[in-house]
Amino acid sequence: MASSEYTDRELMVTTAAREIEDGDTAFVGMRLPLIAFQVAVSTHAPNALAVYESGVVRDSPADGFIHTMCDLPNLDRAVSTTGMVDIMSRLQRGDIDVGFLGGAEIDRYGNLNTTRVTAGDREIRLPGSGGACDIACMADRTVLLMPHEPRRFAESVEYVTSPGYPADDDGRDDRPAPGGGPSALVTSKATFGFDDSGELYLRSVHPGSEIEDVLAAFPWDVQTADDVGDGAVETTPEPTAEELDLVRTFDPDGFWT
Amino acid sequence: MVASTESLDVAVSHIDPGSSIAVGLALEHAIPFAAGHELLRRGIDDLTLIGPISDLLFDQLIGGGAASEIRAAWVGNVSTGTGYRFREAVEGGEIAVEDHSNFSIALALQAGAMGVPYLPTRSLLGSDIFERSELFVEATDPFEGDRIALVPAIEPDWAIVHAQRASPRGDVHLWGNTGIVGPAVGAAENVLVTAEEIVEPDVIESDPSRVAITREQVASVVECPFGAHPSPVAGYYNRDNEYYLRYDRRTESRSGFEEWADEWVYGVADREEYATLVDADLEITEPTIAAEVQYGQ
Repeated sequence: MASSEYTDRELMVTTAAREIEDGDTAFVGMRLPLIAFQVAVSTHAPNALAVYESGVVRDSPADGFIHTMCDLPNLDRAVSTTGMVDIMSRLQRGDIDVGFLGGAEIDRYGNLNTTRVTAGDREIRLPGSGGACDIACMADRTVLLMPHEPRRFAESVEYVTSPGYPADDDGRDDRPAPGGGPSALVTSKATFGFDDSGELYLRSVHPGSEIEDVLAAFPWDVQTADDVGDGAVETTPEPTAEELDLVRTFDPDGFWT
Repeated sequence: MVASTESLDVAVSHIDPGSSIAVGLALEHAIPFAAGHELLRRGIDDLTLIGPISDLLFDQLIGGGAASEIRAAWVGNVSTGTGYRFREAVEGGEIAVEDHSNFSIALALQAGAMGVPYLPTRSLLGSDIFERSELFVEATDPFEGDRIALVPAIEPDWAIVHAQRASPRGDVHLWGNTGIVGPAVGAAENVLVTAEEIVEPDVIESDPSRVAITREQVASVVECPFGAHPSPVAGYYNRDNEYYLRYDRRTESRSGFEEWADEWVYGVADREEYATLVDADLEITEPTIAAEVQYGQ
């Protein structure tokens, strides 16, 4: 039912956009978050600010499609174009409210792998961290974005590129990083939160998906909102007409969505 | 060091095989592709490539057999993800990789630029970038007692930077995001600047706040219009997105890469001839002009 009106990735973008609160400083990486920030600042979060690791700082949508944070529309009429040490220093000081991350694999504590995976007996090298490790360590909260595919959900990831929560501990207190850890995982079928011990739980399923199907993709028994005392599993709100219109304006050929 | 204005082939010939080179420093902006392709044409190999998010240029240098070691945070194709020549070379054990985060590579170069042996960070701990590396060291902050990660300095033999304009003396204007250009230029033994335009010193002197690199840091200055294509250069041209998608389709196999390189690298004599291969419309559509500033006295 959902796919006839909007794509999975359009819903992921609008769901991710809602994780940006008005007044937030958001650390925006590659791909879907490029669009999500632009939707957020155009709707419910007009006072949000975006920083990009290349050095760009923006408070408005780019006037033109952007493949990367360094595309000229993203530099044009930016708040500032500075450098990486400046941007990462803001992150290290604890000044970034929310960061976005993707990955090839995620485990039950929100640890992400973007470095290498094994397929059968073959090791596959992936591009690596970029700024993801830094964002995971040092943003107040992170929102993770990932297609809902069983191969991406691992009891334990092969390589922790971007730390989530430690499995053998009740928090991130043993780390010197100012970051608070993952607050949400948005997949193409559902949205998850993280409980007090840092474990993933199902928060809402996207329209057209069933709870059983969503949970069947995981190699462990995933908790739900009921299990952790966070109410019932809800249905993810659909994109509004305004949000969809914005997504399609910012990504007119549907390259990212 | 006195900068000299040279042709690109002469400037690149100063780089010895086995050198370490920091390149792609402004991330996806102003990547010095022309200089990289000249390295390939001249067969300068055994290079150590240093960079943050290093877009296609690393993949091309690896595919062309120029690199033996990578010290970087991310290597691939920003439009599509995988860099197939990087991936195959790593999986085949042909190149060594030192995994960094963007901040750790930035700090390593910043330490080099500052002349200190290392810089501390609150990033990395808890990641396998730290745990599975012998490069970084965990320490206790002697003031507050926090656990902290120490990132050792990197001092590259060369930094290659593409900029909007430079004087023949080697003073350089660049604008737009700078990524880790500043730290890398400060840390490098030698700097090669390719610029869209060589301009009279008066132009550079009229706006000293825009000078990002000064002559004493620069070994060679090369006028190299279109020298960053397919990456964008603020004020000059947009990113050639279609190039990135075509490169992805064509270079999944070794033989596909070789055909691609025969056409785009070895099949052209220089950047001028290269430009004739590009048919995309990359013109600036929003010619935003910065307001005039006065310095005065």
